[in-house]
Amino acid sequence: MTSLLVALADTEPGNQALTISLFTAVVAITLYITWLASRQNKTTADYYAGGRNFSGSQNGLAVAGDYMSAASFLGISGQIALFGYDGFLYSIGFLVAWLVALLLVAELLRNSGRFTMADQLAFRMRQRPVRTAAATSTIVVSIFYLLAQMVGAGTLVGLLLGVTGDTLKAGVIVLVGALMIIYVTIGGMRGTTWVQIVKAVLLMSGTLVITFLVLLKFDFNLSELLGAAAENSGKGEAFLQPGLLYGKDLVGQIDFLSLGLALVLGTAGLPHILIRFYTVPDSRTARRSVQWAIGLIGAFYLMTLALGFGAAALLETGKDSGVAASKGNTASVLLAEVVGGGSGSIGGAILLALIAAVAFATILAVVAGLTLTSASSFAHDLYVNVIAKRKVSEQEEIRVARYAAIGIGAISIGLAIPAQKLNIAFLVALAFAVAASANLPALLYNLFWKRFNTSGAVWSIYGGLISAVVLVIFSPVVSGSPTSMIPDADFSWFPLSNPGIVSIPLGFLLGVVGTNLGRDKSSANRYNQLSVRALTGAGAEVATKH
Amino acid sequence: MSEETVQREARAYEAVSEARDFHELKRRYRNFVVPWTIAFMTWYLAYVACNNWARDFMSHKVVGHINVALIFGLLQFVSTFVIAAVYGRFANRRLDPLAGGLNAKYKRERRR
Repeated sequence: MTSLLVALADTEPGNQALTISLFTAVVAITLYITWLASRQNKTTADYYAGGRNFSGSQNGLAVAGDYMSAASFLGISGQIALFGYDGFLYSIGFLVAWLVALLLVAELLRNSGRFTMADQLAFRMRQRPVRTAAATSTIVVSIFYLLAQMVGAGTLVGLLLGVTGDTLKAGVIVLVGALMIIYVTIGGMRGTTWVQIVKAVLLMSGTLVITFLVLLKFDFNLSELLGAAAENSGKGEAFLQPGLLYGKDLVGQIDFLSLGLALVLGTAGLPHILIRFYTVPDSRTARRSVQWAIGLIGAFYLMTLALGFGAAALLETGKDSGVAASKGNTASVLLAEVVGGGSGSIGGAILLALIAAVAFATILAVVAGLTLTSASSFAHDLYVNVIAKRKVSEQEEIRVARYAAIGIGAISIGLAIPAQKLNIAFLVALAFAVAASANLPALLYNLFWKRFNTSGAVWSIYGGLISAVVLVIFSPVVSGSPTSMIPDADFSWFPLSNPGIVSIPLGFLLGVVGTNLGRDKSSANRYNQLSVRALTGAGAEVATKH
Repeated sequence: MSEETVQREARAYEAVSEARDFHELKRRYRNFVVPWTIAFMTWYLAYVACNNWARDFMSHKVVGHINVALIFGLLQFVSTFVIAAVYGRFANRRLDPLAGGLNAKYKRERRR
């Protein structure tokens, strides 16, 4: 790691200046957008849902922007660069997952909810217990995800700028945190959405340029690219076959199945993705935006394939290489330099700085989306319906949401700084597992099962949430192996790193158990109303007019 | 919202939920999403399982360095794009007109 940092920092001072100026440009543009957006924020529908005026393509870009984190941009191509074919598997689960969102969730949620995931449950359930449960799981999922992004940001920006030392990395975390608080408090959903759109356009175009240059080097012959990658990796054909990263033994194979389940079922339960569907005028536009997102995300993951195998073919990726030391995270950036003309060339310097800036924009956009989600849920679900217990004006609600954004931002900065040394990859996987185990069962039951009631919702949300978190705590991710968070202790008894295969069925099961134990009959009475509203859009929230 | 408005809305929702078109809408939606969801989940889990337990099959080379595993993976992309498009077409043609009519009926009922 150190050698790489020194290499980046020492040999290319001009490059660093270029990178910093592009970073500054990203910050300036996004702040300007936020300021423009803030002038239209008057009502809660403006603040939480961007006035519900975004078009299908705009929201599709924003959904893609919210979804493609730095972890998937740098992480997946890096995993492919190091582990070949197996590195590609994450992206397939991430993509197929969108069909669950498209077919079962997006449109119905748009029609039946207002601002948060909890709205849709609260439509026919007892407000306080259901909102408290849904808000808890929203905030937990978002903070896991947020923490992963922020710790990643510290390391990543450090790498990109050639900054070493924990103090400077902490400085980067504080800066990223401060920017995200500004986007969210000032810009609300409208500002955050535009930041996502800009980021998605930057990310897609940056990736397209690098992909084109990589393929150009191999005469657009995929087989040749794969062959060169296999050879340069030193692993031969095994590099193109399953098995280098996942499923080495039976436990590993079950673990991989568990991961696959969490990935494919988690997306449609991620709160920051769900609230995106409220930013469009109707369910038809929600459908269009998911179709756009599927096209963009799919195209992006196909390009990461070229990026990853390109990096494997063109970069040094052996045990002692910088790419391996950064766990693959620097692969895309270094690849950009190589296809731009190599170290020391102007083309190389420009592309390297460009891709670094794209990665930075990616981090900023994703953390802003997550902060907004948790702040909305705190203000709308917890404050208005549980804490205040009185009529709260829209102005007061927006004020609370803004304070909540500052509070959540500050908490995540505070948690991210000491977490710098932790292995954070599992936080994203955990967020997906919790989303699939706690949120998805409640959402689907609520839409499709008439008898489902308040206690069923509370049981499935808390049950899925607690089981996923507890299983991870007692897994080899946290203790009992050299790569654990706490390598010196061993209190693990659950053999899998991914809890999904147990916690997802448990979440669904507890929904049934809770429903049968509950005596709340009124939830079933309102089911007809909910299903009319969800399927036809009758009485659904409409766009605000300015 | 006044108590009267709430009751009027509830009555309008009930009226729509009893309409024949609404049952037809529900039936069409269900008949589309249930089989398709089962299909794409099975297809995806088959891919995951093959990565675990059918590695010889997956490693079989088809053209040059391109093997079954890569093609299977790329087909997951193709199937996702196709299902998304097919659903969109289906919803535009078979769901939206019914939903639009029922939405209008709801508005009429609520004014009564």
